[in-house]
Amino acid sequence: MKQQSSFARGLAITVVALAAFVLADAALHALSAQNPFGGPRPAAEPRVGGIVGWLLARQSEFYREISATIRAAKTDGYAVWTLLGVSFAYGIFHAAGPGHGKAVISSYLVANRETAWRGIALSFASALMQSLVAVVIVGVFAWVFNATAKTMCGAEKAIEIVSYALIAAFGARLVWSKGGGFFRALQVRLPQPALAGVPHHHDHDHHHHRDHHHDHDHDHDHHHGHQHDHAHVHDEHCGHSHGPEPSELAGPGGWRRGLSAIVTVGIRPCSGAILVLVFALAQGLFWAGIAATFVMGLGTAITVAAIAIVAVSARGVAQRLSAGRDGSGVLFMRGIEFGAAGLVLLFGLGLLFGYLAAERVTCL
Amino acid sequence: MLGAAAAEAHPHVWITARSELIYAPDGTITGVRHAWTFDDMFSTYALQGIEAKTKGAYTREELAPLAQTNVESLKEFAYFTFAKADGKKQKFAEPVDYFLEYKNTELTLHFTLPAKTPFKTRQLALEVFDPAFFIDFKYADKDPVKLVGAPADCKMQFQRPNDGTASAQQLGEQNFLNGDSANFGAMFANKIVVECP
Repeated sequence: MKQQSSFARGLAITVVALAAFVLADAALHALSAQNPFGGPRPAAEPRVGGIVGWLLARQSEFYREISATIRAAKTDGYAVWTLLGVSFAYGIFHAAGPGHGKAVISSYLVANRETAWRGIALSFASALMQSLVAVVIVGVFAWVFNATAKTMCGAEKAIEIVSYALIAAFGARLVWSKGGGFFRALQVRLPQPALAGVPHHHDHDHHHHRDHHHDHDHDHDHHHGHQHDHAHVHDEHCGHSHGPEPSELAGPGGWRRGLSAIVTVGIRPCSGAILVLVFALAQGLFWAGIAATFVMGLGTAITVAAIAIVAVSARGVAQRLSAGRDGSGVLFMRGIEFGAAGLVLLFGLGLLFGYLAAERVTCL
Repeated sequence: MLGAAAAEAHPHVWITARSELIYAPDGTITGVRHAWTFDDMFSTYALQGIEAKTKGAYTREELAPLAQTNVESLKEFAYFTFAKADGKKQKFAEPVDYFLEYKNTELTLHFTLPAKTPFKTRQLALEVFDPAFFIDFKYADKDPVKLVGAPADCKMQFQRPNDGTASAQQLGEQNFLNGDSANFGAMFANKIVVECP
């Protein structure tokens, strides 16, 4: 027991150190990003050479081809198929860039112990919403009201701020609910406070019944263990569901749980889609622009889903590795979830206060 | 880790640029005159909602409000123009003589950036780029940079950026070693160096 609690403490220190590192790293990047002639930023430079440089080049190529194919489609109906193909490819590559909430979705999945299936569903739903928002903005502002680009970009900027605030709020809620789990797991390792933590737990859950409900569905952290002390008190329904249940995702309750994530990520349209839509509208091919936008969203969803699957799998591996460790394994997992929740909050705050740069809104 | 997100942006707007460095008779640098041609798609986007008397032919007057918007928006980005005189950062005042031209489905923004305080320098380093790389600046193949009224013994060097390839990485490292413009977009910077003995 004594040995274990020191192990737990070691883990806790590791988690805290990691969190501190992430914070410091983000702060450093943010600082240097603020100043065009700022201090050296060695980490970012080498990235451009290899895969990222290649990704950038492909994206630029596909993006430029979109406008060319829309023009061609005016006279050649066949070019629409090329347009869709190029848009799809662009979407796939583009999702590797900022502004598509991959980080938010992945962190949310990890923090909330979500399944890969749910990750895929969230990715597609949020990409669909993103496409819809872009089409609605251009449809209403440009097509219906013939507003100027300046007006449109004003609307985009407003949406941008709302979306950042939503990410921060979403992160804060995750931190609030995951913090409980983390600190309870922490308390369990110390015999006395563990009991004190129990009544508080129930109180807490009623405020956050959605997360709580979720906990029950997916928790199978340690039902194979033997001596849990009080740890299992918090996860009394553990061991019920294993992996994805399609019905669970399709049900109204299932969607409602993910809806806040979908809205948070999907509310901000991608600048590229807006440009393409306005361009298509000006060519008298608005429908082709709309089709291209949705196909682009499909491509984006595939990349984001792939990243989400990686995140969920990584979490699964961590869970398996820590499974034999009894209570300290629980602590470790709660630490990861707490950290992921914190990342969403930091991400939102960083974007909101301009420490992090997302894809720029096209206002010139 | 999080900051790296910004480093993965890719351009949405392409600008073909031409620039002129303007000198007073005594060799003082008074400002920079830019002519930036936006790509087809962005030009069309920018023209959304703007009426022209003759369809497809926008006059300078019809485009005046848009030009106004352009230069106002550019302020936030320091006009993507970064000057150093003998290593010392120089500032620009708000643009003057700005107007838009529409030709072959593309818009060209003309504007002059007056130096906040006109300066004389042995070495001028002028960089034009978007640190976030949302805009890709490419200088025209022909006459990218001109010196207007510069002393005869001034020598100009123009260095184009490399794309996101191995050579860009090299350029990045070089910038990093110089401790100079060490950020992502700087790798795509167009660098003009003028030496006047």
